[in-house]
Amino acid sequence: MIEPMRRPARKNPLRRTRVPALPPRGRSRSAQGLTQAAAEGRFALQVCAVCGAFSYPARDACPVCLSADLPYVDAPRDGTLLSETTVRVPADVYFRERAPWRIGLVGLSCGPVMVAHLHADCREGEPVRMTLQLDKGGEAVAFAHPVGTTENAADDRQWREMTADPKFRRVLVTNGRTALGQEVAAALAGAGAAIVFVGIAEPWRPFPGEEKLAATENLQILALDVSDERSVRNLAAEIGGKVDILVNTAEHIRPGGLLDRQGISAFRDEIDQSYLGFAHLAQAFGPTMRMRGADGANSAAAWVNVLSVYALANWPAFGGYSASQAAALSLSHSLRAELRPGGVKVMNVFSGPLDTEWFQTVPPPKVAPRAVAAAIVSGLRSGLEDVFVGDMAEDIRRRLASNPKAVERELGR
Amino acid sequence: MPGRAPYDGVVLAAPVSIPYMRYSIESAQWWIGRALKGLIDATGLRVGDLDGFCVSSFTVGPDVAIGLTQHYGLCVRWLDHIPLGGSSGIAALRRAARAVQAGDAAIVACVAGDTNHVDSFRTTLANFSRFAQDAVYPYGAGGANASFALIARNYMRTFGATREDFGRIAVAQRQNALRNPHALMKTPLTLDQYMAARPIADPIRLFDCVLPCAGAEAFLVMRDEKAAELGLPSAKVLGTIERHNAFAGDAVQVRGGWAMDVGELYDTAAMGPEEIDLVQTYDDYPVISMMQFEDLGFCRKGEGAAFVQRHDLTIDGTFPHNTSGGQLSAGQAGAAGGYIGLVEALRQVTGTAGTTQVRGARTALVSGFGMINYDRGLSSGAAILAGAPS
Repeated sequence: MIEPMRRPARKNPLRRTRVPALPPRGRSRSAQGLTQAAAEGRFALQVCAVCGAFSYPARDACPVCLSADLPYVDAPRDGTLLSETTVRVPADVYFRERAPWRIGLVGLSCGPVMVAHLHADCREGEPVRMTLQLDKGGEAVAFAHPVGTTENAADDRQWREMTADPKFRRVLVTNGRTALGQEVAAALAGAGAAIVFVGIAEPWRPFPGEEKLAATENLQILALDVSDERSVRNLAAEIGGKVDILVNTAEHIRPGGLLDRQGISAFRDEIDQSYLGFAHLAQAFGPTMRMRGADGANSAAAWVNVLSVYALANWPAFGGYSASQAAALSLSHSLRAELRPGGVKVMNVFSGPLDTEWFQTVPPPKVAPRAVAAAIVSGLRSGLEDVFVGDMAEDIRRRLASNPKAVERELGR
Repeated sequence: MPGRAPYDGVVLAAPVSIPYMRYSIESAQWWIGRALKGLIDATGLRVGDLDGFCVSSFTVGPDVAIGLTQHYGLCVRWLDHIPLGGSSGIAALRRAARAVQAGDAAIVACVAGDTNHVDSFRTTLANFSRFAQDAVYPYGAGGANASFALIARNYMRTFGATREDFGRIAVAQRQNALRNPHALMKTPLTLDQYMAARPIADPIRLFDCVLPCAGAEAFLVMRDEKAAELGLPSAKVLGTIERHNAFAGDAVQVRGGWAMDVGELYDTAAMGPEEIDLVQTYDDYPVISMMQFEDLGFCRKGEGAAFVQRHDLTIDGTFPHNTSGGQLSAGQAGAAGGYIGLVEALRQVTGTAGTTQVRGARTALVSGFGMINYDRGLSSGAAILAGAPS
C-alpha cells in the first residue's frame, strides 16, 4: 500500500541544492533496441526470426539456434515475481542517495528472466505487468508493476524516478494564446501541478479563452514572447528556479513552401518562433533545470516540445513550416543530450495537423488540441520520450519505419 | 561411452599463500610476483625451471598471461590465462594436469593474485560482463550482493532454509579462521552476531559477505617422479569435473553445474562422498556453500539446512569444511578466492596444514564456483585430491 505523496515543503534557499547523479550508464548496441521501445512506451524484446525464442539480456546470437536474426518485437508484458531483494548498500552514488532500493527477478510468460525495478505494490510469487522505462540516465530499464490498479500507484518513490509526473510540480506553458496552449495548461493543472505558469506574448492584446484561463486555479499568466530574447531572459530571471516542467507550445503555422511564397520574411518568422524561440528558452531555462534534476520531490523533470509529425518528413503543402519543425526537432536532440547529466527528460510530442484555424483547409483526420494535451500528461506520467498523437502521426511513423523514400513521394504528391 | 582419463602420474605440490592485506597500494603484478617467488623458495627450483604458467586475476589488466612472461622472466612452453573467478583453481589444475600428463610441460606454476585498491571493488563491478552492464548493474548497483540475495531468498522460500542455517556455516568457518594466522578476520563470531549484523541486500547481511582484499595463492603441477626427486610432499588428483552455464532452464539458480557431473567425479575417483575427509567449498555466500553440499552428493537437494544442523563443520568436527576459514573469514583476494580452497586442501592431504590441520586427513574435495555473468553463477568445477599414506 503506497502512502499518498505529500506536497513538498517550500525549498530552503540557504541550503545547497543536491547535484544530480545518474544511474550506471552504458549499454551494448543490441540493448539499444530496448531504448527505442522505452522511449515510445512499448515493451519489446528480441525474438529469433528463425526459431521464435525470446531472449534477454540483449545479445547477438540466439541462445537456442545461434541465428543472428534477432529483431525487437512487441512482447507479452506479463510475468511472475520470482524473487526480490532490497539493496541497502549500493555501490554507486545515485543509488546510495536513494537507498533502500527494491529490485526483483521476474519470470516472463514468454520465457526470459528479467532483473527489474519493482513498484512497492509488487509481491513475491504474484503476477506482475512489465514496462520498459528510461531511467534518469536515459537508459532503458525494466520496471515491474502489480497487476490491476492500486491506491496511490503513481506516488511510488521508485516509479517517480522513472517518470516526469506533473503532480506537485511547477509547469511553464510557453504560449497560452492558442487553443493548444490553453488545453495543455488546463490538462496540467488538472493533473495536479502545483502551479501552471502560462506565457502570453503582448498580454495587453486580448485573445479567445483569456477569461477562462485567468479564472483557472493555480494558474498564473505572465508575459513571454519566445522570439524576443530579452522577454525570455526576463521571465527566466523571475521564475527560472521554479520551472520543473517546461512545455513549449509556441506555434507558427503557415501554408506554403519555397516557390508559392515570395520573399524571405515568412521563413524568418517560422525560424524565429520555432527554432530561435526554442533556443532562447533553452538557454534561459535549461541550465537551471539541469542543475535542479535531483532537487527533491518537485525536481526539474522534463522539457516537452510539441512538434508537427512533418518535422520527420516534409509536407510541401506546409513546406516552410515542416522545415522549421525539423530544425526544432534536431535542436531538441541536442537539448536532450545536454540536459541528460541533470536527469531531465526531453519529450517530443509529434502530432498530425491540428483541428485549428491554420490547418482549416486540411481534410480529416485532424487532432483536437485536447488530445495533444492529454498525450502530454500521459507521456509525462509514463516517462516517455517520443509520443505520436493521432492517426496521422502514427501513420507517418509507420510509413517512415517501412520506407522513408515512399513517404517523401507520397507527401509531395 | 569411454570414461574420463585418470590423472595417473600427475601431482600437485608446493602450496603457497601470500598473506592477505585489506588494501594494498601494490599492483596485481606485484602480488603474483610474490607468489611465484614463494614457489621458488618452497621448492629450490629456479625461475627457468618453470616451463608452464597459468594465471587468474581480476586486476592484472591491461596485462594478460603473455605480458607476465616477460615481466617475470618466464620462458614457458605452455601458457594459459584463466578468467573463471572462483572456479579458476579447479580449471587451472585440470588444464595443467593434462599438459603434464601429455608431456607438453614438466613443471607448471598455477597462480592467482589480485590487488585491492580503495576503488577496486566498484570498478570491477562496473565492468564485469556485458550482461551485467546491460541488465544488472543499472538496477540498484548492488553488485554480486544483490544478485545472490535474489538467489538466497528464492532458495529459502523454496526449501525452507533459514538465516540461522546459513549462519551455522559462517560461524564454523570463523572458528576455523581463528586457527589460521593469516586470516583477516581475527575475532570470534557468534550466531547472534551473525543474525543481527548490518543488512546489505535482504536477506544478505554483513557476515554473509566475503571481505575483498589483496593477496595471492599458488601451487605447482608436475609428474610424481619429479615431486619425489625434489623431495616435495604432493597430492594425487583422483578426479575432476567442470561445467559452465548448466541448467539454463532453471528460472532462478538453485543448483550449480556440479549436479550434472557429480556422478562422474566419484566414479573416476572410485570412491563415494562418505570417504571424503574434508571439503573446501567456494564460499562467496553461505547459501552457495549449502548448494555445494547438496550438488556434490553429501545430502539431497533441499536438505542442505538439515545437513548443517546435523554436522559440526569445524576442523575437529564431523564434517570439516573450509578449514582455513574460507573467503568469508580469511578474505577474498579476487581470483585467489578460486584457489584458496585448493591450496588449503593440498596442505591438508599432505599433512602440512599446521594449525588448521584436520587429524588424519587423506582425501579432500575442493569445489569452485563463480562468474555471475547476469543472474546466476555460470562456472563450476570440483576436484578430489588424495595425499600419500603416511
